[in-house]
Amino acid sequence: MPDLGLEVLFKGINMQRLLEGLWVSMRISLISVAISMVLGLLLGALMTRKNPVIKVLTRIYLEIVRVMPQMVLLFIAFFGATRVLGIDIDAEAASIFVFSFWGTAEMGDLVRSALISIPKHQYESGAALGLTERQVYYHIVIPQTVRRLIPNSINLITRMIKTTSLVMMIGVVEVLKVGQQIIEANRSSSPNAAFGIYLTVFVLYFIACWPISMLAKFLERKWN
Amino acid sequence: MQEYLPLFTKAMWLTLRIGWMGILLSIVIGLVTALIRHFNVPVLKQITGIYIELFRNTPLLVQLFFMYYGLPRLGVSISAEACGVLGLALLGGAYMAEVFRSGLESIEPIQSESALSLGMNHAQVMRHIILPQAVSTSVPAFIANIIFLLKETSVFSAISLMDLMFTAKDLIGLYYKTIESLTLLVIFYLIILLPVSIIGSIIERRMRYAGFGA
Repeated sequence: MPDLGLEVLFKGINMQRLLEGLWVSMRISLISVAISMVLGLLLGALMTRKNPVIKVLTRIYLEIVRVMPQMVLLFIAFFGATRVLGIDIDAEAASIFVFSFWGTAEMGDLVRSALISIPKHQYESGAALGLTERQVYYHIVIPQTVRRLIPNSINLITRMIKTTSLVMMIGVVEVLKVGQQIIEANRSSSPNAAFGIYLTVFVLYFIACWPISMLAKFLERKWN
Repeated sequence: MQEYLPLFTKAMWLTLRIGWMGILLSIVIGLVTALIRHFNVPVLKQITGIYIELFRNTPLLVQLFFMYYGLPRLGVSISAEACGVLGLALLGGAYMAEVFRSGLESIEPIQSESALSLGMNHAQVMRHIILPQAVSTSVPAFIANIIFLLKETSVFSAISLMDLMFTAKDLIGLYYKTIESLTLLVIFYLIILLPVSIIGSIIERRMRYAGFGA
């Protein structure tokens, strides 16, 4: 059996350090997810308004997020803010800002499409049956919107968790960076650590994301 | 800013070359995988299932690190460019497979059954009933995936490919040309992605025939 370089995990507190690095990634993504969900709900509701100014502004916002790689946004927030505004923004704060900016747009779009996916005749049939407007929302619109929204927003959570791996590129010490440090430190004693460590990081991300994806799939199947 | 244009142009071609090669390969991988899963090929179905879950639930950056820095330790050396193409193709393949599969599954069995009872053979059902609708329903997700994959190319700099991000970071680090670099970075990504986004929306609108009259 070839040396997989896995023994380095059990040296000292290496495994614990990797998990701490994973926690940094998770913390960034969970805070951003929370912000995005709240702001996204507001944005989505705002986007169903007929106001042309709101329409144009939200369109531009969405299109920027749609075509700009998250990495470019990170660079702009991290390097650009320091240079242009002269504020020394810390890398983790820049990451949370960028991921919230991105997540809000994605979430807003999901909310909007869930809201407009309810055909008008459903409101009308509800009214014809004698339901008040509140009852129509409570019993007809909201349950269906939520069912369409939840699986997609859970998928957005896994995408945000995966994207946090980019923050190492602006110097946040997260799981991948910790992995790099461990590999560097053990270069002579375990030359194959690069294999074992990166495999472990791969598995860690998988363990973090897979159950969430499964939940989304399960809910989608249950509600369809 | 002008003196840096050639650097960025060169980097853009690298991004485009690797990006589109990866995307083309990912379409092939996605199609094969989707067909295997649609037709329930034994053993292969399980393998493709594991493949899809593994690649959909891990970041491209981690996949690339594993391929580029990890695998050579076991004697499997892949050049940075090949790693980029392969990484993008494998990631994209997992996403494309889901797009194609849900397109194929979106057509209710009653449609092919009706067509068969009208006297069409299986090839005709595929050609006239299933594919036109499957393609039409898959288009929005397909285009979204292409844009997603083109955006993912921005992580290539991590395996020392001299792409747009690499060039920008280099200029910021070496010459402190932050604003110039960031401006050019944004412009060049717009050049790469805006046409895809615009053409994509046009195609989406023209292909939206499935479901009409339902």
